[in-house]
Amino acid sequence: MTGLLKRFMAVLMLVLLALPVAAVQPDEVLDDPLLEERARDLSKGLRCLVCRNESIDESNAGLARDLRLLVRERLVAGDSDDEVIAFVVDRYGEYVLLRPTSDGANMLLWAAGPIMLLLAALTGFFYLRKRASAPAPTEAALTEEERQRLRELLDE
Amino acid sequence: MTAELGHFALILAFLVAVVQMVVPLIGAHRRWPGWMAMAEPAATAQFLLTGFAFGALMWAFITSDFSLRLVVLNSHSAKPMLYKISGTWGNHEGSMLLWVLIVTLFGAMAAWFGAGLPPTLKARVLAVQSAIAVAFFAFILFTSNPFIRLAVPPFDGQDLNPLLQDPGLAFHPPFLYLGYVGLSMAFSFAVAALIEGRVDAAWGRWVRPWTLAAWIFLTIGIALGSWWAYYELGWGGFWFWDPVENASFMPWLLAAALLHSAIVVEKREALKSWTILLAILAFGFSLIGTFIVRSGLLTSVHAFANDPERGVFILGILAFFTGGALTLYAARAQAMEAKGVFGMVSRESALVLNNILLAVSCFVVFFGTMWPMVAEMFFDRKLSVGAPFFNAAFTPFMVVLGLALPLGSVLPWKRGKLGRAAWSMRYAFGLAVAVTLLVWAMQTGRSALGPVGVFLGVWVTSGAMVDLWSRTGRKGNLGRLFRLPRADWGKAVAHSGLGVTIFAIAGLTAWEQEDIRVTQLGEPFEVGGFTLTLDKVERLAGPNYFATTGSVRLERDGRAIATLRPEKRDYPVARMPTTEAAIDYRIMRDVYVVLGDEQANGGWTVRTYIKPFANWIWAGCLMMALGGALSLSDRRFRVAAGARRAPTGGVPAE
Repeated sequence: MTGLLKRFMAVLMLVLLALPVAAVQPDEVLDDPLLEERARDLSKGLRCLVCRNESIDESNAGLARDLRLLVRERLVAGDSDDEVIAFVVDRYGEYVLLRPTSDGANMLLWAAGPIMLLLAALTGFFYLRKRASAPAPTEAALTEEERQRLRELLDE
Repeated sequence: MTAELGHFALILAFLVAVVQMVVPLIGAHRRWPGWMAMAEPAATAQFLLTGFAFGALMWAFITSDFSLRLVVLNSHSAKPMLYKISGTWGNHEGSMLLWVLIVTLFGAMAAWFGAGLPPTLKARVLAVQSAIAVAFFAFILFTSNPFIRLAVPPFDGQDLNPLLQDPGLAFHPPFLYLGYVGLSMAFSFAVAALIEGRVDAAWGRWVRPWTLAAWIFLTIGIALGSWWAYYELGWGGFWFWDPVENASFMPWLLAAALLHSAIVVEKREALKSWTILLAILAFGFSLIGTFIVRSGLLTSVHAFANDPERGVFILGILAFFTGGALTLYAARAQAMEAKGVFGMVSRESALVLNNILLAVSCFVVFFGTMWPMVAEMFFDRKLSVGAPFFNAAFTPFMVVLGLALPLGSVLPWKRGKLGRAAWSMRYAFGLAVAVTLLVWAMQTGRSALGPVGVFLGVWVTSGAMVDLWSRTGRKGNLGRLFRLPRADWGKAVAHSGLGVTIFAIAGLTAWEQEDIRVTQLGEPFEVGGFTLTLDKVERLAGPNYFATTGSVRLERDGRAIATLRPEKRDYPVARMPTTEAAIDYRIMRDVYVVLGDEQANGGWTVRTYIKPFANWIWAGCLMMALGGALSLSDRRFRVAAGARRAPTGGVPAE
């Protein structure tokens, strides 16, 4: 635990010194590869709050680094993936989730594609059925104007 | 002085556009040949005037004329010449001018090459095209004038956003705009046909080359943008589902759908009203894309110079054109009755399936892109919709599309048998299964994504080959293969390209390797079978930046492969750092190295990625574009274009 604290202090120093940082830093990487992999997966689904459409895994911002460390800290403390996410969402709101939840109004978002597909497939099916049973058009269906023009041409 | 001339030319072009919007339309209605013919010289004049205005602006950038506000805000005298030129459109005002230049270019092209069109249709197409130009001329002149002078010019400019100082800027936006705006031709044809009240096979043949051209440009533009992001943003991502990327992807999906449905109109005189609707929507999505980029309603990395007032103006343009066209559509569409009769299993129905999948997947992207805004406005929830959503919601459509494509592409017109189509694809299927099993065996214990993507990729690509081969007749005949119409080749090449891209995306995502470490100078380390050594780090000065450049030796089995020079740059004028990754491009994989920060103990952070099949993503896109170009050069379009001028004599039989 002291190691983590020490590392956390070091990070704090870095942030205070406002050094430019870039995506995941070597000093952030956890020793346990399994935990690290989980941390990376979780980071890819969390949004960097000060960036434009970047996950904290990709971002160079200081705040993203803080969040990465927070995620790792919770994992080391023995949280499950869901608990880590819940912890982060509790503090920063659902805006941090790059994959929106499927509760409440968001059901609409997730269901929109399948519903639209169903509607389109039904429309397509009925269209095709109509086309399959339609009578073949009479090829010689010329308008009066065209017939007139044809007569002219033939008379020439 | 040049700037004033440019400004004046732009106003003149605006006035010409207003006249061209009104006069030919009346002429076509009253059947007055003189009024209709007026559209052609007007279209040419409009293009030349806008071209002059654009040239004047470019001249101001080249000569670093800091009395122009736009140049001060986006340029610097020390900037390399390439970026001075491309910087002309690396900002809001200039990019809108480029946009309208391309609108007038397409209008002029329709005037020059539209000799085969009936005069009324041609007059109406040019009038509608001009109406689009009028809207954007007004937008530029009233809200985004690039020619505004400063009373007190500064000594130097504020430089261009460093991320944009890249050869990518020279090519990515022009191609993308050629694609976006090219769809305006499809739109103009659709609206003109609605006014005319007549859509037939000939209309399908006229509209298809324009859509094809727009789609080709859009494909190249998107691929260039994706490649640019890959090497510039520093971790080798190639697609982020960023709102602005989605804005270019949605018209691409609809244009792809339109290409296919226009074939049905051309060959079978069915799907007419749907094709018209698609043409309207495809350009509508181009406008939505412009709106998304310019309004800043959705935050994204592309948000240079956006402001809400301009957003409202573009929203007005969007509402007028799509709203107006859709109203016209509602009034006239039922007049377009279908003629062709075909069975439930046929090429036509396969193309309907293609259209359903492409249109619905476009809808999903649209819904996801707009959802954060909708949720905030109506449900008071501030949330994000990011890559994980799109990957989950969009990918299934592409999987089904990939599975169905080879079968659909060999179904005969009118009435077919699924069993026969499936049987003709047995070799493609066998090959795909074999390769998939091989891959599966080689990578036991890892995600299923790789093998699934490999299956789809091989299936689509080899399916396209089988399709082409089957066109040579029952026995297969190599000589005949090369005498096939170019459209057949175009279809095979474009479909194979799609397969290659699918394969590459799955392979890259599944088998990428990453290594992040602190390394000491001269101390080798291993990543995925390669040995890398950071030999030295130098500090250098570029034309308008300072660079920290590493020198990384890349070796495999003791054999030197390359020396990579990853760089970190600091642009003092723009006050912004960038990372320049060093990439060793090879056919089977890229080695991608990024230099990080110096550590307290003297080491350097180095990030290394092994990216298998990365180049294949863009190679596949280029194949799609090439396939489109082959189709575009097909004889039937060339013949149709010149049909009116050479009615007799005919074309020698090949």
